[in-house]
Amino acid sequence: MPEITVREALRQAMDEEMARDDRVFLMGEEVAEYNGAYKVSQGLWEKYGDRRVIDTPITEYGFTGVGVGAAMAGLRPIIEWMTYNFSAMAYDQVLNNAAKTLHMSGGQINVPIVFRGPNGPAEFLSSQHSQALQSIYAHIPGLKVVSFSTAYDGKGLLKTAIRDDNPVMFLECELMYGWKDEVPEEEYLIPFGKADIKRAGKDVTLISYSKPVRMVLQAAEKLAEEGIDAEVLDLRSIRPLDEESIYKSVRKTNRCVVIDESWPFASVGSHVAWLVSTNCFDDLDAQVEFISSEDVPMPYNHTLELAVQPSVEKIVKAAKKVLYV
Amino acid sequence: MFTKYHPTKGEMLQILSPEGKIINTKFQPEISTEKVLQAYKLMVYTRTVDLKTVSYQRQGRMYTYAPNFGQEASMIGTGFHMNQEDWLVPSYREMGAFFHRGVTPTDIWLYWGGHEDGAKFPKATNTLPISVPIASQIIHAAGIGYGLKLQKQKGIVYTYFGDGGTSEGDFHAGLNFASVWKAPVIFICQNNQYAISLRQEKQMASSNIAIKSLAYGMPGIQVDGNDFFACYSATQKAAQHIEEGKGPVLIEALTYRRGAHTTADDPSRYRSKEEEKIWEEKDPILRLKRYLVAQKLWSEEDDTKLTQQYEEEVEAEFLEYEKYPPYELNDVFQYLYNTMPDDLVKQKQEYEKYLAWKESRS
Ligand SMILES: Cc1ncc(C[n+]2csc(CCOP(=O)(O)OP(=O)(O)O)c2C)c(N)n1
Ligand SMILES: [Mg+2]
Repeated sequence: MPEITVREALRQAMDEEMARDDRVFLMGEEVAEYNGAYKVSQGLWEKYGDRRVIDTPITEYGFTGVGVGAAMAGLRPIIEWMTYNFSAMAYDQVLNNAAKTLHMSGGQINVPIVFRGPNGPAEFLSSQHSQALQSIYAHIPGLKVVSFSTAYDGKGLLKTAIRDDNPVMFLECELMYGWKDEVPEEEYLIPFGKADIKRAGKDVTLISYSKPVRMVLQAAEKLAEEGIDAEVLDLRSIRPLDEESIYKSVRKTNRCVVIDESWPFASVGSHVAWLVSTNCFDDLDAQVEFISSEDVPMPYNHTLELAVQPSVEKIVKAAKKVLYV
Repeated sequence: MFTKYHPTKGEMLQILSPEGKIINTKFQPEISTEKVLQAYKLMVYTRTVDLKTVSYQRQGRMYTYAPNFGQEASMIGTGFHMNQEDWLVPSYREMGAFFHRGVTPTDIWLYWGGHEDGAKFPKATNTLPISVPIASQIIHAAGIGYGLKLQKQKGIVYTYFGDGGTSEGDFHAGLNFASVWKAPVIFICQNNQYAISLRQEKQMASSNIAIKSLAYGMPGIQVDGNDFFACYSATQKAAQHIEEGKGPVLIEALTYRRGAHTTADDPSRYRSKEEEKIWEEKDPILRLKRYLVAQKLWSEEDDTKLTQQYEEEVEAEFLEYEKYPPYELNDVFQYLYNTMPDDLVKQKQEYEKYLAWKESRS
């Protein structure tokens, strides 16, 4: 199987879906001639032209809203936000329009649209450009929210997102675009609502999603050196959430650490930790530990920005805590 | 001036030709020779800092940086008119205006170099930090202007943004509010004709940006943004207009970013060498120098000496900057609320415990 980058996997997913369905088009800042700020749409404009790969003026509110309208008219837009930080400008279009139209039209008008772009901290981007905003979107009924931690998952999930009849928030990470793993040449899709065990183990369940999964796997290796066998569960899809897989793993290991790079308050991670505490109460041998970013805006300084995020060390410490070692 | 250069006429105010000749005496600004020389020096200084900063970035001594090269007249021609009580509400490409207010290269490097102190500007008053979310500052400018007016305080708000920023709703809201309330704001669009790679024709169908002022019932004017005199003169007129209580003005300074969008960008992907050459000929510093030399106010020798002096000064300042004390963990928690709430205090203590644990393991 060829190893490809996350960037290439996402590009392939869009390319395949655009070839398959003429209603699919890509719109956003710098996506066409420049091939995307992070080069995810490399070559698509050359292949599909101005009609289907569209550079927009800088108005996130504008092109997000135009996308929602185009979806209402029967098209299947992929809206690229240069980063999820700029989705803040388009929030009303997502919250009050994309997420509500099917409901408010009594089921008549659906909005099949994908909002994608890098989310969460990268490097040297400071407080306004490093935010992990999934918890804000996961909070909203009417949206689907998915993330991935490998090129394989990214491609399969993006294809599913494009074919979905609802608005989908598709979360990427700048630092992951260059990551590589095996992706088959033949077509495949990954359904929403299915978590994936990235490492099987019996002593403790480490639950995460998106970019931190790689760090969690590294922590699991560190723990293995100390004789601790951790299971790593990658949620992938946040809404819908695969609760069964979560409980199954925790019922096996009886211990759980949740790792989420967003802020702690009312977050995806705190929600999952609460679900585990409630639904696996009798199976737990220790309280659930939760690692998030510190409850502060992202510092610019590199040492400090790393300091406020989850780290291998923090995960190891939490895992040992729930194991009382 | 605003009638003569009404934006519907499609005529741009130019006073100094690219050859350095005064071609429009009627609208020459009121400015002393001494001040013109000062402004020229500031333009050269800004360029020195700018080019050196790009080279420090290339050497791995600085993170990403947004160059100002080529826009010196547009930012300094407009910004040089700011007084102490005025406000600077910036985006990220008006370093010369920052220097005029007393911001130092060290402050700028601290900002782009990733130090939180880079937003403090200890020597400058009424100067907001660099703002990267496109256009959000335009509405703040209207709000600050309104605030000054309500409190009967002196001062004019100078806000800067790019051509790209005019597509955001913030631009509309900012101009609309300021004009309804006759707020003392000069809206300065540095139209360098690109939003990253997207050229102006793909951003807007209007023939120029100044014309957008009409919808808000305020004067607007397009000026040659590479002509110091045109920029200064229009700003002076705008300030007069505001002082007469007539409300805000939109100035479009047509210029060209000779460098990259940021150090992470490669402009050869979206613009031609020929185009760059055309704008090299129209360079704002070269143009003002030609004028000053022809007036016998300046010479090539003066210029060489000045550039060398600035290069040495800037180099020395950068070496000092590199010794700046590192940012402390405490500061991550420190500026979040006026007084640190209990939960944050607890979080900080937990973090310190974690650090101690980490220390004990290594
Ligand atoms: C709200 C928002 N959207 C997108 C970006 C990414 N971005 C940074 S600079 C830029 C182009 C801005 O162009 P313009 O306003 O013309 O200013 P210039 O860079 O040319 O000075 C874009 C799209 C951003 N910083 N903020
Ligand atoms: Mg521009």
